[in-house]
Amino acid sequence: MSRKIVQGVPMPSWPMRIFKGFVLLIFCAVVIIPFVGVISTSVAPNKQINEAGGLVLLPESINFAAYESLFAGGVVTRALFVSIFVTIVGTLLSLTVSCLLAYALSRPGFSAGRPILLVVLFSMLFSPGIIPVYLTVKGVGLLDSIWALIVPTMISAFNVVVLRAFFMNLPNEITESARIDGAGELKTFTYIVLPLSKAVLSVIGLFYAVAYWNAFFSALLYLNDSKLWPLQLVLRTYVINDTQLGSAELGTELLPPQASIQMAILVVSIVPILLVYPFLQRHFAKGVLTGAVKG
Amino acid sequence: MLQRSSTRPQQQLSLGRRLLRDRVLLLFALPGIGLIVLFHYVPLLGNVIAFKDYQPFLGIGGSDWSGWANFSVIFNGDPAFLRALKNTLILTSLQSIFVFPAPILLALLLNSLFSERIKRIAQSILYLPHFMSWVIVVALFQQMLGGSGLLNNYLRSHDLTTIDIIGNSELFHVLLTSQIIWKDTGWATILFLAALSQIDSQLYEAASVDGASRMKQLWHVTLPGLRGIIILLFILRLGDSLTVGFEQIILQQQAVGRDVSEVLDTYVYNNGVLGGAWGVAAAVGLVKGIVGVILVLTANKVAHMFGEQGVYQR
Repeated sequence: MSRKIVQGVPMPSWPMRIFKGFVLLIFCAVVIIPFVGVISTSVAPNKQINEAGGLVLLPESINFAAYESLFAGGVVTRALFVSIFVTIVGTLLSLTVSCLLAYALSRPGFSAGRPILLVVLFSMLFSPGIIPVYLTVKGVGLLDSIWALIVPTMISAFNVVVLRAFFMNLPNEITESARIDGAGELKTFTYIVLPLSKAVLSVIGLFYAVAYWNAFFSALLYLNDSKLWPLQLVLRTYVINDTQLGSAELGTELLPPQASIQMAILVVSIVPILLVYPFLQRHFAKGVLTGAVKG
Repeated sequence: MLQRSSTRPQQQLSLGRRLLRDRVLLLFALPGIGLIVLFHYVPLLGNVIAFKDYQPFLGIGGSDWSGWANFSVIFNGDPAFLRALKNTLILTSLQSIFVFPAPILLALLLNSLFSERIKRIAQSILYLPHFMSWVIVVALFQQMLGGSGLLNNYLRSHDLTTIDIIGNSELFHVLLTSQIIWKDTGWATILFLAALSQIDSQLYEAASVDGASRMKQLWHVTLPGLRGIIILLFILRLGDSLTVGFEQIILQQQAVGRDVSEVLDTYVYNNGVLGGAWGVAAAVGLVKGIVGVILVLTANKVAHMFGEQGVYQR
């Protein structure tokens, strides 16, 4: 950014510029090619997959047979519902709880603000360890419940700090005038502060959503019942560990080749992120920086 | 309530009265702080099972105290524990050497681009893998580099010798390291790019007036401008140096066996949650946590001695 202002500095030589472009191109290709391969293979015709012996980079024609069998009502369909439920409900709960806490912490003169803030900040410095957390989750009776995917990770101290920083930056006059007009804390919060914070709410909400969608660790730890598995565990079992998906698991007689089913499962778990990514990207740099600076 | 921001000292109201006045805000904070206490502070107490012969059906209170017995695997150098420690340290060193500087180099490259548009497109592409779960990343790597992956199919169809990178225990540590680089290098550039944009452009002008070449400017202006953030991130890394990617490793442990893949976190999981040796696993986890905190505090002290800000002041 500063580069353009600089006067009198010679442009880098052509070989240097070509070299840089080349390096960048390689970096980007290494990131993009796996995604292209997976998406292409999931829709490629069987014959082509067999000839290639694996991934296809450019499908000759497009067929959605793999997706049809995934959505036929078997293991994957169920896992998809679990993942969607956990992501939506979890994100809403996380946002509510985090915003309430962050709002309370952002109020000047809140008598318990200081100690509560310290409790929040301190929790970022250490992690209590896998075993004691597992025993706590077990102790509260969440083991083998879908809520085990939501409740233990419902609040992120980091996100609370970011939200608090944002709330504190809102002009004080607005909340003061609401107060003079007789609005209580709840009214000020819902009608004044939240509508002014749409940008930060969407970033933090998306951060939470991505975390819930990607949650693998808590599912692995807390869920034995495969009926409750989210997509990530299904991915682990049927793609990484290469367990065969038969018609019993898929709930359909029609069986596309294993490779395209596997790639279709991968695509199903990637696509939601690709969809929210543009929205996420518009705001995250700012969100991350507020957190880093104020934290 | 009217007096909140006035000059009247708060001490005039008793604590009870002030809490009563703030009861709505307290109610707001309650669910959030409750969750943090329940899942972050209560488990700290749960660490007492490191000193107990924990039996799940007796519960924490009902199990017998066992003193330091659970720590004997650590102090007597149990081979399985040492193996996990060794792999952890190898991975930490690899990460410090290769993963840590990667985003700094990439940020310098991005920052030196002339075209804002190319820069933005590259950023969008390079940030993307950060948002993929480890399951997805591992699956993608398998598809690209595994026995029947893209690379080997290419080699096979050109009659070249194939290499199975995924199942090869000798390459496992390198594989883990490159996966982290693939996933997070782009994302980690954000902080460095922000720091780079903070550098005063007058410094570059002054340097070029003094006849500094671009390399000299990089050395004398850009890198000093990044020093604070580099030190800060290195300290934070140190605190995590005994934590080397639980999800990433547990997903791939089957393929290569525990000899090269067992680290402290997987040791705790395999022996505790799966193996039922709760006390021992908790003891290892506890020592790991304490060492982590000590490393952060020490590193921060050292940073202060060198006159840097560190993570927190004083």
